[in-house]
Amino acid sequence: MKLAIAALRDRLAYQGISLGVIALLASAALAFAVSATQERIVAAEARDLQASLAQVLPERFADNDLLADTLEIGNGDGTSKRVYLARRQGEVAAAIFQTSARGYAGDVLVLVGIDRTGMLLGARVLKHNETPGLGDKIDLAKSPWILSFNGLSLATLPAAQWAVKKDGGVFDQMAGATITPRAVVKAVKEGLDFFAAHRAEILRGGRTP
Amino acid sequence: MKRLVQTLKEGLWWQNVVFAQMLALCPAMAVTTSGTNGLGMGLATTAVLITSNVLVASIRSLVSPQVRIPIFVVLIATLVTLVDLGLNAWLHDLYKVLGLFIALIVVNCAILGRAEAYASKNGVAASAADGLAMGLGFTAALTLIGLIRELLGNGTLFAQASLLLGPTFRAIELTVIPGYGGFLLMILPPGGFLVLGLLLAGKRAFELRARAEKGAVVPASALT
Repeated sequence: MKLAIAALRDRLAYQGISLGVIALLASAALAFAVSATQERIVAAEARDLQASLAQVLPERFADNDLLADTLEIGNGDGTSKRVYLARRQGEVAAAIFQTSARGYAGDVLVLVGIDRTGMLLGARVLKHNETPGLGDKIDLAKSPWILSFNGLSLATLPAAQWAVKKDGGVFDQMAGATITPRAVVKAVKEGLDFFAAHRAEILRGGRTP
Repeated sequence: MKRLVQTLKEGLWWQNVVFAQMLALCPAMAVTTSGTNGLGMGLATTAVLITSNVLVASIRSLVSPQVRIPIFVVLIATLVTLVDLGLNAWLHDLYKVLGLFIALIVVNCAILGRAEAYASKNGVAASAADGLAMGLGFTAALTLIGLIRELLGNGTLFAQASLLLGPTFRAIELTVIPGYGGFLLMILPPGGFLVLGLLLAGKRAFELRARAEKGAVVPASALT
């Protein structure tokens, strides 16, 4: 048996077929693994989303299923934003959506929760590629900095103050990183602007007037 | 048993993936911004290394030497993807910490290197031991580089280890220098090269000195 294989191994056909068999086995294993894990991965991602949505809302704020209650609002450039609606007894009480701005390395993705008066209930950075140890202090796991946005609104803080201290605003910058907090401030501000521009539509909650 | 000890010694010191073979420097520089990251990458790589060595050793008599490289590459890439999917589905919280590292393992040349240099020529058990030894050596190297960079760059050791290892390990998270302003260079890529270079020089100097003490002929210039 061993000898037979040793003789076969030098044949071109054997080499081609063995490559084919390996590729086939690999594809089969991957296809099987994807179908076996897909459901759990989708469920885990939905749980993650639910958890991050809950972070920008005070506890027991809403009584509806946020993941099922969404609104697509156009940005005016062909793209649209998905807005998650938090309702209390059917009335829209707050809106949660993603907003982003360019950071030091790629986009910083921020999730904001805004109540019906336009006040920020909370903001969390969902995704960023900022320098570890410097820019990543925008992450709540590393620093409470992001909590400084809680309770602010466009009405209580004039537009010019929406900047880091270095630029004449009210937000702390981080030692060694200014671009990153600047991006987060910009993203949150744009989120509030977006809410202000679409306030009537969001509060209607998808119902035709 | 004696052979296993020898294999471990080779993996941890004499044939260390980073400090002796100088392989896998890309992940070694990229993720070692903290001790925790180095440890995580090292452990994930060890798991893949053992599995790929076992697989390659068990099919080694069937593989033609002419097409062995593509076959090993497909095997390793499949394996890493399976680990990635499995972790994502069943250990989702760990995946959120390690996820970034898993995909990087595919391009870790140390894995293909061990498949080619060791597993394709040795038995299954010996290859598994080799994978374990090489993986542990890699883990030790990455953790060491990570700890030094973290200490100099942030003044902490094993920050956020509890995210990787579970809340019981919160005790090993140390702030060595409270109120430390941070030394950016160490966290950025140049810091990785500096630390690696100094560690390599230290290892060389130590080996030369040890050889000189045993009475081997070492040029005097090499000791200064």
